[in-house]
Amino acid sequence: MSEKRNVVLKMEHVGRTYRDEEKETEVLQSVDFSVRQGEFISIIGASGCGKTTLLRLIAGLDRPQKGRILLDGEEITKPSPKAGYIFQQGNLFQWLTVRQNIGFGLKAQHLYKEKKDKIDEYIRMVGLKGFEDVYPHQISGGMAQRVSIARSLICNPEILLLDEPMGALDSFTRADIQDKLLELKRENDITMILVTHDIDEAVYLSDRIVIMTPHPGKISEIVEVDLPKPRHRGSESFFELRRKFLERFEMATAQPQPEYII
Amino acid sequence: MSETEKTFGKKEKKLIASILFTMAGFLVAILENLLVPQFAIGVALEVYDLKIFGLNHNEAFRLILICLMAAYGLSGIFSFKSKKKAEEYIQKARFRFAMGIALGIWDYLGTKIKVLPQPFFPGPAEILTAFLSEGNYIFQNTLYSLRLYAGGFVGGVLLGVSTGILIGWFPKVKYWVEPVLKITGVIPAVAWMPFALTLFPTPYSAAVFLIVICAWFPIASLTKQGIESTPKSLFEASEILGSSTVYQVFHVAVPYAMPQIFTGISTANGFAFTTLVMAEMMGQPGGLGYYINASKVWSAYYKVFAAILVMAVLFSFITWLLNIVQRRVLRWQRGLIK
Repeated sequence: MSEKRNVVLKMEHVGRTYRDEEKETEVLQSVDFSVRQGEFISIIGASGCGKTTLLRLIAGLDRPQKGRILLDGEEITKPSPKAGYIFQQGNLFQWLTVRQNIGFGLKAQHLYKEKKDKIDEYIRMVGLKGFEDVYPHQISGGMAQRVSIARSLICNPEILLLDEPMGALDSFTRADIQDKLLELKRENDITMILVTHDIDEAVYLSDRIVIMTPHPGKISEIVEVDLPKPRHRGSESFFELRRKFLERFEMATAQPQPEYII
Repeated sequence: MSETEKTFGKKEKKLIASILFTMAGFLVAILENLLVPQFAIGVALEVYDLKIFGLNHNEAFRLILICLMAAYGLSGIFSFKSKKKAEEYIQKARFRFAMGIALGIWDYLGTKIKVLPQPFFPGPAEILTAFLSEGNYIFQNTLYSLRLYAGGFVGGVLLGVSTGILIGWFPKVKYWVEPVLKITGVIPAVAWMPFALTLFPTPYSAAVFLIVICAWFPIASLTKQGIESTPKSLFEASEILGSSTVYQVFHVAVPYAMPQIFTGISTANGFAFTTLVMAEMMGQPGGLGYYINASKVWSAYYKVFAAILVMAVLFSFITWLLNIVQRRVLRWQRGLIK
């Protein structure tokens, strides 16, 4: 980061525990972390480390039991269009066309009349021209994610939360969506937080990478990615950084060895 | 090139043969009606002319046969347009031929030689005398049935969908209303007839009540199922996009439940026909069910058959209309479900 910009999102000692009849599971333990305007943050970690829980807390879909999360200085208490959320698989409304899906947020907030011209703009932005009037089951997974991204961005979110949105896509579509995200971020200056388990993806996209470890879920390390932009997936420096990163990640998530070997 | 032409020519020839074959069946029936005199084991029967539209019942029967023949002929000619339609026509030709022949045989056995037990099984031409003699009255009864059906069914759909939404959305409503729905829902609506007739001011409102009740149960329970099965992630997505709770009900839960709601509506449609006719037979001043009952008393079975014929046409038409509405509303499913 060449210039320090103001903090958009601030997490203070955030903790979350799930209880069922038999036991308590501490999913998140004392997470402290801030995100600055325009940053791209990736959260990676093994499954069960609480990364999706953390994202859901930021979105207001779940509430922390300890600590608080501030978005633009205000505590998050419920879901709002200020924090857009991209689900793992599109999660589109099957009964609405692509255009209607993108316009859903405007209609729900009674902004449709004044802002409906923006729909075409966003359709173009995510490259879905010509597919406005088809239904979600008629398009591919990658296109569905683009619709989902446009559907969130049209509501002008402060921050965009992405929950493994490329997890179910093939590698070509994945690269394509990654570039789209960078382009959107550059053009609209949006802050993004991505949950992923793909190190390449994290290194390619992020300004900072947050490594989390499970049992209980907590932040183990925050790494600055100081590769110049635009980045190239095939460059020497990219591979070098990725290799270093893998080592670090393995160390961070290494399981204690059993004391005996059969 | 020439080979494809040859195969297409073959198909066309087959279609022409099918058209002629279909029409031949009806032609046989027409000729039978025209040429065979009316007699019953030696006794010739009188032909009584009803002369409405200037036709007697045999002429009316032949007119209908001619209309059917012409309709099938024309639809055959239009089938030349597309290969798919032509194949469909060829496929149906045997059944349509058999239909013509069957009408001829029925006419011969029922009207001409009267070997079928009378007056229970009149011939097709005699059924037509019901329309010729009191077509106006049948029409009035049909309108009565239609009015009753419309009132009851529309009411049932509205009540069923709203109950289903309330049960599916509010746990408290589910706790109090769902058991009531489950217990009262399995009772055939006509069982309430005695109460309905005493509690409601007019027979009409009593019958509407019965149809509402019978349509209510399947629609309410299927709507409830649809609302309850809406994935949580869709509500989350809509909440993040700024939906209020009310907006979520009508723009997420109800559209998601729509396929199930329509399953409920088509089931209720069948129930409503049954309840309609039963209600009319038991305590209405009009309607096709009433007409059947009133005709039976006079052993006028040809009139009973006439009413059944009207029902077949009317109920098929209503079901067809419902299907069109369903396909329009659920057009987003096209290609999704086979």
